[in-house]
Amino acid sequence: MSKVDLSVDLNGLNLHNPVLTASGTFGFAEEYADYVDLDRLGGVMVKGTTLEPKLGNATPRIAETPAGMLNAIGLQNPGVDYLIAEILPKIKDYSFKTIVNISGNEVADYKKLAAKLSSASGVAALEVNISCPNVKKGGLAFGTEPEMAAGVVEAVVESTDLPVITKLSPNVSDITEIARAVEEAGSDIISLINTLVGMKIDIETQKPILANNVGGLSGPAIRPVAVRMVYQVAQAVDIPLIGMGGIMESRDAIEFFLAGASAVAIGTANFVNPRVSMEVIQGIEDYLIKKNHSSVQDIIGVVEAN
Amino acid sequence: MASQSLAKIIANQQLNSKDYRLLISAPQIAKEAQVGQFLHLQCKEGIDPLLRRPFSIHDYDRQQGEVAILYRVLGKGTKQLLERRPGQEIDVLGPLGNGFDLTNTADKVVLVAGGIGVAPLVPLAKELIELDKEVAFLLGAANELELLCMGELEQLPLQLKVATIDGSLGHQGYVTELLEELLADSYGQVFACGPEAMLAAVQEITLKAGVEAQLSLEKRMGCGTGACLSCVCKVKVQQGSGFEYQRVCSEGPVFRADEVIFDE
Repeated sequence: MSKVDLSVDLNGLNLHNPVLTASGTFGFAEEYADYVDLDRLGGVMVKGTTLEPKLGNATPRIAETPAGMLNAIGLQNPGVDYLIAEILPKIKDYSFKTIVNISGNEVADYKKLAAKLSSASGVAALEVNISCPNVKKGGLAFGTEPEMAAGVVEAVVESTDLPVITKLSPNVSDITEIARAVEEAGSDIISLINTLVGMKIDIETQKPILANNVGGLSGPAIRPVAVRMVYQVAQAVDIPLIGMGGIMESRDAIEFFLAGASAVAIGTANFVNPRVSMEVIQGIEDYLIKKNHSSVQDIIGVVEAN
Repeated sequence: MASQSLAKIIANQQLNSKDYRLLISAPQIAKEAQVGQFLHLQCKEGIDPLLRRPFSIHDYDRQQGEVAILYRVLGKGTKQLLERRPGQEIDVLGPLGNGFDLTNTADKVVLVAGGIGVAPLVPLAKELIELDKEVAFLLGAANELELLCMGELEQLPLQLKVATIDGSLGHQGYVTELLEELLADSYGQVFACGPEAMLAAVQEITLKAGVEAQLSLEKRMGCGTGACLSCVCKVKVQQGSGFEYQRVCSEGPVFRADEVIFDE
């Protein structure tokens, strides 16, 4: 039994602990069953899902950068029908909450995805991806204009009874503006940040490494940006935040709580250290005990600006 | 079942100007390893480089609980690896991937190794010899100094043929040129590992000859566990003329030559 209370209530999404794994970095959870006690996770944000199966981008899809990596997978996924029929039944008995990340080319796609997933069993919440930098249509475009972002979120909220999480892009001039727009549109939760658009060039061939030319930067390189954005958005909205971006260990996760996140998601670190999510849960607990807090809720958003 | 463990380094031995052999103590991996599978190593603790590096399992001793890999120093990760010393611990995931399929193996088989691609083919040769197969081993490299595992291969009951690009030893030219000659001689199956251009040549030659082949692929890899979808290659779909992307780390690294599609 835990000596401290790690549970959090994110506006209707109740998690037994505040550590999730980020979409695209943990597959559909069972990829990590050999390394992790999946039942200990608060939630798993499964691979980005579209209406139709998606082939994904050409290769190379990945490029390593200092303290980070660029990816341009292009939302390769088996499609929502396959997810519902073949994958969700396999993971429904775990105690983590399954959050399905959805992406569309147009608003109607998001509505259909939301409707299908709402009638499926084993889905705890939807994460609306309006910030994927690696697909040509939709994706990021929805996430950079407040009105468009609000339009997508409204459509999803109308089509589902599940808690709706909106995943924000950092590739904007003022993230608080988008955050307010999606809050007003009815988003229950905000997750942030998605990857930062970046590029790496092979100086021998004088061509970009990624087949897609540009890709999303993740890993510890982006963490200070993510912490800053969580802090700013926490000041701007009243709905709970799921913070992510370069969390490699529990100290990093704690920064996000202090900045205003009610839960955290671990992404790229899963690739480096498959056990990282377990270590982060333990580290948060140890920190709370050391600091004499009885609950993780005691540290959410308590950072005091200088 | 794959696991994540801290393995003690037993030896990190230089083989030539750029190739090394790393021997680690990893009893669980040694117990479960299948030829053609790989390990995903964190070359050094820290965040630069951030990602692990995949290496074919080169040797394993189930009794001693030891596993070896071969690596060529090419970038930051492998430079850090060569600085690792016996007695230190290294974070290892494995064994990963599918390995070679040894069901219904032909009686006479050819193994084609290019450069560091020899790594998984030496244990494969041993396994095939155990299975009483007649093995021809074609070993290719840029030059004589880069021909790996020669001594070990010469000790095995197999037919060894060598090719070097510069002609410093054996046939001058590509190792696949030796394959073309051999296939006329009733060899029923080919196993290959090496640079993609070599694998594409093996594919072309074996398809033309109507001989089954298995190719061990290498791609830029992220997680190694099947989650990130970075290391994919094109594989023909069952119906129609299209393709899908499959994960080298999970559906591979070994693919049938008649299913994989190499980009031009």
